[in-house]
Amino acid sequence: MSKHSTTHGVEDTATASSETVRVEHAAAESGGTSRAAGLMSGPFGRNLGLVVALLVICLVGVFTAGDRFASVNTAMTILRLAAVVGVVSIGMTFVIIGGGIDLSVGAILALSSVWATTFATQAMAADTHWLVMVFVALAVGGACGLVNGVLIAYGNIVPFIMTLAMLASARGLAEIISERRTQIVTVDGFKDFWSADVLGVPLLVIIFALVSVGGWVLLNRTTFGRRTLAVGGNPEAARLAGINVKRHTALLYVLVGLCCGLAALMLIGRTSTGSSTHGTLLELDAIAAVVIGGTLLTGGRGTIVGTVIGVLIFSTLSIVFVLNNQDSSTQAVAKGLIIVVAVLLQQRLARRSIST
Amino acid sequence: MSTTEPLLRMSGVVKRFPGVLALGGVELEVRAGEVHCLLGQNGAGKSTLIKVLSASYQPDEGEIHWDGKQVALSSPQVAMRLGISTIYQELDLVPDLSVAENIFLGHELSTAGFSQRGETIRRTRELLERLGHGEIQATRSVGRLSPAAQQIVSMARALSQNTRLLVLDEPSAVLDQGEVDNLFRVIRDLTAEGVAIVYISHRLDEIRQIGDRITVLKDGSTVASGLAVEDTPTSELIELMTGRSIEYVFPPRGETAPTDGEPVLEVIDLELPGVFSGVDLSVHAGEIVGLAGLVGAGRSEILETLYGARRPSAGTVRVLGRELRRGSVPDAVKAGVGLAPEERKSQGLLLDQAIYRNVTVSSLGRFARLGFLDSREERRRAREVTESLDTRPAGVDRLVRLLSGGNQQKVVLSRWLLRECKVLLLDEPTRGVDVGARAEIYAVVRSLADSGVAVVVVSSEVEEVLGLADRVLVVREGRVVHEGPASEIDESRVLDLVMEGSAA
Repeated sequence: MSKHSTTHGVEDTATASSETVRVEHAAAESGGTSRAAGLMSGPFGRNLGLVVALLVICLVGVFTAGDRFASVNTAMTILRLAAVVGVVSIGMTFVIIGGGIDLSVGAILALSSVWATTFATQAMAADTHWLVMVFVALAVGGACGLVNGVLIAYGNIVPFIMTLAMLASARGLAEIISERRTQIVTVDGFKDFWSADVLGVPLLVIIFALVSVGGWVLLNRTTFGRRTLAVGGNPEAARLAGINVKRHTALLYVLVGLCCGLAALMLIGRTSTGSSTHGTLLELDAIAAVVIGGTLLTGGRGTIVGTVIGVLIFSTLSIVFVLNNQDSSTQAVAKGLIIVVAVLLQQRLARRSIST
Repeated sequence: MSTTEPLLRMSGVVKRFPGVLALGGVELEVRAGEVHCLLGQNGAGKSTLIKVLSASYQPDEGEIHWDGKQVALSSPQVAMRLGISTIYQELDLVPDLSVAENIFLGHELSTAGFSQRGETIRRTRELLERLGHGEIQATRSVGRLSPAAQQIVSMARALSQNTRLLVLDEPSAVLDQGEVDNLFRVIRDLTAEGVAIVYISHRLDEIRQIGDRITVLKDGSTVASGLAVEDTPTSELIELMTGRSIEYVFPPRGETAPTDGEPVLEVIDLELPGVFSGVDLSVHAGEIVGLAGLVGAGRSEILETLYGARRPSAGTVRVLGRELRRGSVPDAVKAGVGLAPEERKSQGLLLDQAIYRNVTVSSLGRFARLGFLDSREERRRAREVTESLDTRPAGVDRLVRLLSGGNQQKVVLSRWLLRECKVLLLDEPTRGVDVGARAEIYAVVRSLADSGVAVVVVSSEVEEVLGLADRVLVVREGRVVHEGPASEIDESRVLDLVMEGSAA
């Protein structure tokens, strides 16, 4: 900033009066405060707001439910609840930053869970290793994502429509395969592994943490993440800069598909079942978490940390409501309010950062 | 209204943004019935001043007098009611609504909530005829009109609300010569009716044609106001705008244009159906080739096609002997081709991302190991390259949106400089770039060529093509109609070649 003002000062030759120089200095000084303001409206400040919101919800929990809320058990329950939707939300964050949307995550999760458990319930259960289930779930999720991605990127179908179609057909296919029955997992190794605790922390929570860290690294430290930001920020400029925008877009949907497959395994681990009703309305929870986490629905900007806190806000809210014996309807109303307030705040911050 | 009292008088207008003094005491006086030109480099504060005038921004200090009375332009509605209308560079029309609907958008003619279709269309025709464009259909959707016609619609909209002061922000940027002449005719008609015009343009020759008086801004302050156009030489205007005088804008060419040896870029019989066909082009290392022609002659499309951004139906493109895959930008970039596109903001830049990210976006692989980026190294290299082009303000973490047009172009050039491209394609390299920064960009392009890059330049300004290029190709209706050294052809000959077909 100071360098800026000096070069300008030198440039002002004939017309430079002492007054303009003084004005330049004033501008340089106010630049210092704007940097602080920039920090507040940047990812740091935005996440700070979210952390405060999360703390407020926790305080409400402590005041209304006391020790029942403030316990390690409750904390683990919240995290376990957050884990499945969290993993999907990380994938969703990438798709939305890349300028797309995926409405089919819940349906893909259901299809993955059904297809994977089919191997563990029918005649082949006895001679199926549980790793086969893992492979099947990830393959189904990835394949659905690939179909989404290819048709969106190369078939030029609007993401909203394409994933809406996938939402309908993937859940339909899940119903056909499962004959609308809940499939109970009988393979022992699977349950043992997925419902295990490591040092008192459920494996689901550890997976969520690993996926979050992995997502953060992928977004902030790799060429893939940088290209995602470029493709979502200005697809035409990204294309003319030499980025293969179509291939990258397709990969984003494969990524979220794989996340759905992983989430399906986590949900099977938690419930011991695969069902075509798993993950109903999951897409709304995931999109809501991403959006209140500060990711722009128009693409080009967003953070993994924001998404993680967004997921935690919703799961903590659920537990607070449950502990206070409030039904899920009241909870839904509160959720809606939070989304609106978060987006309003986000717009104000965005406006401030543009005017600087 | 007395003739001594100006219609608009702004004095001591100050507008601060966090960290930036956008306007530091601006004076502007506009009389009814005059064309008042507002001059200044990018970043001089013109856009901010217009936004204060249209009340999009509130000034922090200063007084505004309208018709002799002090007013506060507190909201766009107030400005509109006073009779101030602004036509921005990016036209703000709704493409899917009709001409008539666009003109009366926001102040629809209606009875009890039902729109008066007939009356709306009748009034629309009146307005369009007043502007000399009765041929524009009132019921046509705006998106299907040419840019020139869209601009007329914008002006009709301004006139539909009793405008007394009309601000035109670079209205000629999207127009060809005939359309500009037409625009000037409309402007003269309006001033004859007593409407005041504030005219913003980078083209000094236009200001000479249409302007009455000039106000010059520099670094957010008025450095000269109310200069009479006919008494002010261009050199003085340039000096006022830049703070220095420029005599030779174009850098000197090399002794002889190097045309021996294998060409770096070779285009053979390239065709894009309905746009151009049979285009042959070869460019040697160190050579600058210019494409001249009217808007729509196929110049930009030729560049975009050989870059792979459009898929040709026939023809080959070779870079250093290697044939490029048709319609693949990544392949062209890999072979060492770079493009600085025509629409810099929408096609060239990630406006809301840091400068260094815009610079390294085409060379990410070089900064990555197993996909992981070394962003410290990225910043270091980006800083080196942008500083070598004297991009201001310095600092690679700034958002590109906050830079002036000339500096944004330097960011695009830095991208290809970093990539060490062999072929550089420049589409309107100085559009929206002020006079001072233009000379810098010309110098950068020439020094790139001197370092062995093959350069192709497309420009609407014949002068620019002739001044910058070693060899010139004239394009008319999708065909190359002339090819030869730039030193052997002059502006009027190029214009003859360009117009030949349409004159017949």
